[in-house]
Amino acid sequence: MMSFYDCYLEYNDLDFENFFAQVTEADILRILRKNKITEYEFLALLSPVAENLLEDMAQRARQLSLQHFGKAILLFTPMYIANHCVNKCSYCGFNVENDIARKKLSLEEIEREAAAIAETGLRHILVLTGESRKETPLSYIVNAIKILRKYFQSISIEIYPLTEEEYQEVIEAGVDGLTIYQEVYDEKIYDKVHLAGPKKNYKFRLDAPERACKAKMRNVNIGALLGLNEWRREAFFTGLHASYLQNKYPDVEISISLPRIRPHKGVFEDVYLVNDRSLVQIMLATRIFLPYVGITISTRESQRLRDNLIPLGVTKMSAGVSTEVGGHTSATKGDSQFEIADKRNVAEMKEAILAKGYQPVFKNWLQF
Amino acid sequence: MDKLTIGGAILESRLLIGTGKFPSKKIIPEVIKSSGTQVVTMALRRVDIESQEENILTYIPEDIILLPNTSGARNAEEAVRIARLARAMGCGNWVKIEVISDNKYLLPDNQETIKATQVLAKEGFVVLPYMSPDLMAAKRMEEAGAAAVMPLGAPIGTNRGIRTRELVQILIDEINVPIIVDAGIGKPSDAAEAMEMGAEAVLVNTAIATSADPVKMAEAFSLAVKAGRLAYLSKLGPERQYAQASSPLTGFLNEGEK
Repeated sequence: MMSFYDCYLEYNDLDFENFFAQVTEADILRILRKNKITEYEFLALLSPVAENLLEDMAQRARQLSLQHFGKAILLFTPMYIANHCVNKCSYCGFNVENDIARKKLSLEEIEREAAAIAETGLRHILVLTGESRKETPLSYIVNAIKILRKYFQSISIEIYPLTEEEYQEVIEAGVDGLTIYQEVYDEKIYDKVHLAGPKKNYKFRLDAPERACKAKMRNVNIGALLGLNEWRREAFFTGLHASYLQNKYPDVEISISLPRIRPHKGVFEDVYLVNDRSLVQIMLATRIFLPYVGITISTRESQRLRDNLIPLGVTKMSAGVSTEVGGHTSATKGDSQFEIADKRNVAEMKEAILAKGYQPVFKNWLQF
Repeated sequence: MDKLTIGGAILESRLLIGTGKFPSKKIIPEVIKSSGTQVVTMALRRVDIESQEENILTYIPEDIILLPNTSGARNAEEAVRIARLARAMGCGNWVKIEVISDNKYLLPDNQETIKATQVLAKEGFVVLPYMSPDLMAAKRMEEAGAAAVMPLGAPIGTNRGIRTRELVQILIDEINVPIIVDAGIGKPSDAAEAMEMGAEAVLVNTAIATSADPVKMAEAFSLAVKAGRLAYLSKLGPERQYAQASSPLTGFLNEGEK
């Protein structure tokens, strides 16, 4: 059975530096005139040389985004229902060794939180937990989903990776979207930053999006946590992964997130910096390689940057975000996963999108 | 101009418009007005009846026929369920069937669309299936009770014009229910072209919604559709290989023998 891992191995030995050294500006301009570009042309758009042609890339990306998505931005918000975690990930605030306030919402608290969020007009929700099958077993998540169904039209989950049968179970309960980041595609770095816990299993996580596709999940959102490795490589493998999934599962809506590491509890030293210019280059190259793929930008990014990214190909944005457990209602909140940068509420986000000449979309699915 | 009859409704306007992709919902009433349209399609998945401000239906005048579409349906069964929900939500009994199982090109799945047409037509819906222009598929949709058939001119959102011209022309010539060209129409001249070919109507969204001035562009489309229809009714002059001189060489033969 083929897996994206085979695809990863095929390109992993590629001499990226040598490849980049041979890309010319003329190559980039030629690629921008094409309708459909290859994997290597995608990589060329991620090259240092392509940085000189960001405006040309932006024009092309904007055109493709308008064609595929129009002037519409879907709004959603994450809802942290628990932060218990058994993993030791060196870059994450939920790390089992971090001394933070741990909390798991009761079903009553989930309902209060859901009602408060739905009051803002949002209809799409992303449910998050840490990874603890003991504290937050699948049965707990399924019960949470059943409550959320009353308040939301689209429910996505960002939890520990599941088996295909378990994905079927959550879909049955009302989930239509999965968000799961590989964090870092480079297998060696993956092993290094995931010090202990079930998350150490690289392949089980790598194949999770595919298992969800097999289970007939509607939306699958993948990504690499930018900052754990040289970004050109990670952006390349993320794009390849999305392309692999879309080719194999044509009826699934595939999306990519571009999360950059944010300050959080705990200390992590080995950060590869990704500046705004690089983030924009990743986004543009991804849009041009995969015109039909959704692109999600979270409140990890600043207000100014988020507003300016809108016309470049963003399709989904979070708003009114709290990364704390029970952050929307509870008096005793659990500690946050990371600090957010854009603190605007839903109404402010809505106005900002309209001001950019785009339509904020609150509802793009229906429970039926 | 002659009128268009679909599902018992008699329409003056042959331009149908879509509501997705606009920079703001607030512009939609003006676009509807300047387009002169009487039929407006909207994705049921975007309809939010719980929010007055966000509900797309708030922005559509009451005398407009609603054409909810099943966008998001991956197979016939899902399309049928969405259509029933649309009716239950008070969107009337018209439905545009959209079954797309290919997220890359967004090309419709004709087989599943035929199945959904069969079920929904029996349930009394006025069914307008969106399809890839294929004669046998169109015939089956007609047999299944489709009120009109909506072939694409080019992949949705591409603004590339009537790239499927030869195939659409066959549908116009052979299918007895109205042919409405949907998707791909990028500029008013493309709409005029479809109408000159004999299409009964066109549906436009992206070209209007993503233009710099959607209100004006809607009017431009309205005029083009009228022009195309008038040209079709007036029967276009024949095309010739060579230029035809106004005093042809054989003109003397018509002057009688002297």
